[in-house]
Amino acid sequence: MDFQVVVLAGGSSKNLTPLVSKELPKPLLPVANRPVLSYVLHQLEQNNLKDLIVVVEGEDTALVVGAWISGTFIDRLHVEIAAVPEDIGTAGAIRAISHHLTAKDILVVSGDLVSDVPPGAVAATHRRHDAAVTAMLSSIPVSGPLDSGSSGGKDKAKKLGRYNIIGLDPGKQFLLHIATGAEIEKDARLPKRILRAVGQMEIRSDLMDAHMYAFKRSVLQEVLDLKDTFQSLKEDVLPYLVRSQLKSEALSNRTPQGEENGNEKVTSQNNQVFVSRILANSSTPSFHDHSSENPDGSASTRKTHKCCVYIASSGSYCVRLNSIQAFMDINRDVTGEADHLLTGTSSDPNNNIGPSPKLGTKTTVGPHCMLGEGSEIGDKCQVKRSVIGRHCRIGSHVKVVNSVVMNHVTIGDGCIIQGSVVCSNVQLQERVVLKDCQVGAGFVVTAGSEYKAESLARKEK
Amino acid sequence: MKQPPQKKDGPPVASSVAASERGVDRPVEKERKKDLPPPRMQFDDESRVDKAKRRSLLNQPEARNRVELFRHLPPHKNGSQLPYLESKFFELHEMHPSVYKVGLQYLTGDTSGGNARCIAMLQAFQEAIRDYSTPPEKTLNRDLTSKIGGFVSFLIECRPLSMSMGNAIRFLKSRIARLPLTLSESEAKAALCSDIDRFINEKIVLADKVILRHAATKIRDGDVLLTYGSSCVVEMILLYAHEIGKQFRVVVVDSRPMLEGQKQLRRLVAKGLSCTYTQLNAISYVMHEVTRVFLGASSIFSNGTVYSRVGTASVAMVAHAFHVPVLVCCEAYKFHERVQLDSICFNELGDPDAVSKVPGREDVNYLDNLTDKQKENLQLLNLKYDATPSDYISVIVTDYGMIPPTSVPVIVREYRKEYLLI
Repeated sequence: MDFQVVVLAGGSSKNLTPLVSKELPKPLLPVANRPVLSYVLHQLEQNNLKDLIVVVEGEDTALVVGAWISGTFIDRLHVEIAAVPEDIGTAGAIRAISHHLTAKDILVVSGDLVSDVPPGAVAATHRRHDAAVTAMLSSIPVSGPLDSGSSGGKDKAKKLGRYNIIGLDPGKQFLLHIATGAEIEKDARLPKRILRAVGQMEIRSDLMDAHMYAFKRSVLQEVLDLKDTFQSLKEDVLPYLVRSQLKSEALSNRTPQGEENGNEKVTSQNNQVFVSRILANSSTPSFHDHSSENPDGSASTRKTHKCCVYIASSGSYCVRLNSIQAFMDINRDVTGEADHLLTGTSSDPNNNIGPSPKLGTKTTVGPHCMLGEGSEIGDKCQVKRSVIGRHCRIGSHVKVVNSVVMNHVTIGDGCIIQGSVVCSNVQLQERVVLKDCQVGAGFVVTAGSEYKAESLARKEK
Repeated sequence: MKQPPQKKDGPPVASSVAASERGVDRPVEKERKKDLPPPRMQFDDESRVDKAKRRSLLNQPEARNRVELFRHLPPHKNGSQLPYLESKFFELHEMHPSVYKVGLQYLTGDTSGGNARCIAMLQAFQEAIRDYSTPPEKTLNRDLTSKIGGFVSFLIECRPLSMSMGNAIRFLKSRIARLPLTLSESEAKAALCSDIDRFINEKIVLADKVILRHAATKIRDGDVLLTYGSSCVVEMILLYAHEIGKQFRVVVVDSRPMLEGQKQLRRLVAKGLSCTYTQLNAISYVMHEVTRVFLGASSIFSNGTVYSRVGTASVAMVAHAFHVPVLVCCEAYKFHERVQLDSICFNELGDPDAVSKVPGREDVNYLDNLTDKQKENLQLLNLKYDATPSDYISVIVTDYGMIPPTSVPVIVREYRKEYLLI
């Protein structure tokens, strides 16, 4: 279908320390005991997109990710790993691999997106309108109990910072305005020209940009070449394209439809004009055409390009893993409501308790839990709405609620872990109480300590 | 007892017309019979519907509250098709991307109008042919024909074909069948692409230019011209006549639910014509000041019946009652051998819910709050086309000149051979 897929897998992430480290880059962060990148790759494989380019920041990270991908998806996908320097931003990453892109349209997927929206929907919308860019929007996910407690005057400003302001046309097809939360302080500035052309704009703050874009390759490459300073697709390139959709001065030398001008006879030119006029007259005119006409009705030389949106239906699940809160939420959702995402992503059978975890006596494991294989849980434990990785040794009288425990963790007796993330190879000694904490990899928590809302990490040597 | 579905396009009609020329034309008739499209599926025949369902790419929607009289027509593909088709975007290997795009545009109503749909389809086929490569051990003729057949079934599932598209597909298939076997693949592909270009140029572009010239001679200064709906040919005529300096004004008549006339009105006003806009209910009030009526057509049948957007028949009838001449402007490639006496046996169903809503008027929503029990007794019908009898038509302006409606079978007989035999 002439689409090329690029997966931006990132590398390290400042939001997610101490969870990510050199050995465990962000794409391999486990969600329900599977790396988060596997959800994206699995979805692409299910939609029959077998040729991918995965972009990873950092050479070492690229090696680690590449090794994992070739191990897991060995015959099912054909993946090309591209390593780019760190901190180059998403736009920079695309610039770096620009010479690999050959197809007519590029589908850019963020590697930390966990969703069940078919990428074909975005692609079909893109093709139908012949758009320059199509973005996928989804409703903002309801966040977990950690955040819902804070509401009230002084926190409203913080909450507003998370929202995006998105302007859509009345038919909900075209993107008129996009502003991320960071830019909005008190007022939002709207472009007048676009508003005048459309007539009516609907402003939504309950939608978020899901970071799955379909770009026309020529447009994308031109914008990236022209604007060297653009670092991020989401914050620079997309708003630029949306702002300039009625006066694409950068793209004004591009003829629409890519007509072959080899035949220079006047008659054939006339015929082309005729034919394109018939086609243009028949289709529903969008505000782009109206605005590109001069007052006397003739088409002006200004070119327009279309920025379309695809709004994911409310029934679908779409969350990005870009904060610790999101990490906890996704873990909870994937084992809970959205467990259709799990089927088939790995060779484990469908039941949530993998083979051979050993449960002690009087141990209760609640619903929506996940236990990896080889884990041992002692007596009188309670595990509720949590994910426990492989080869963990959990002692007795341990209470694990609403948490994520990764592989090879040793938890001593009498611990209480609540709302926390415990990374691999961590040792928690006896009677440790963790509440809303994040424990980095390889850390040792001394016995009897109590931590609340802290982030514990091993000091880098 | 169910009657077997009737073969719609009649070999009996063709043979009766050609009765006098039996000797010479026998082989031509046989070829014509082979080229005729397969009989149209009657949707009240259960077994065939089930078979088609199994073979189809799209989900057929559930038939819901359909009017008895029109149950033989394919049900409307409402908006629920679109998500299904989108989710299958990357899985339809056989489909070429441009054919897919054209199908999506038909499904959502982005492209409508006989000429535009035909041109879009032919251009998509051109690209598909350019990207085509013969698989080993197969001949180009047969394989490409079956591929085009696959594309056509996909397009039919998105939206039933218009007559113009049907004729264009027949032309393309006959060209493929006639390719000499000695041609190499690239030569054959280039020949086909140039044939398609020639078809578009001769049958549509040049035909339109000829029609413009003929019809403009029928417009005098001081005329009040009435047009219905949105026909690209009629719009071009009006703009051309305005350019060459004739003084006239235009009455644009429109109708719900499609409200196509508004787009045309916008374009005409932008060019400086003085227009009046009204809806179909006011046609008899407006007709007394009208001097000529210009209508477009989706197709013209062999008995002179004009098959066009629903409402055209009413406009023509009122014009006839007021003794206003009615000129139908239609390119000759849209003519068809079929004979149709009414609007029922062959038509297209639109979205029934569009009838119950008035855009822009949220207060007119009397049908929204019906209970399910009430909805069982209410059937909404949205027809897209209707058939205007030839008595109401004064003249048909085609690229072969201005002919009376009774001459249509002559054109079909004489000039149809031309592109089959080249």
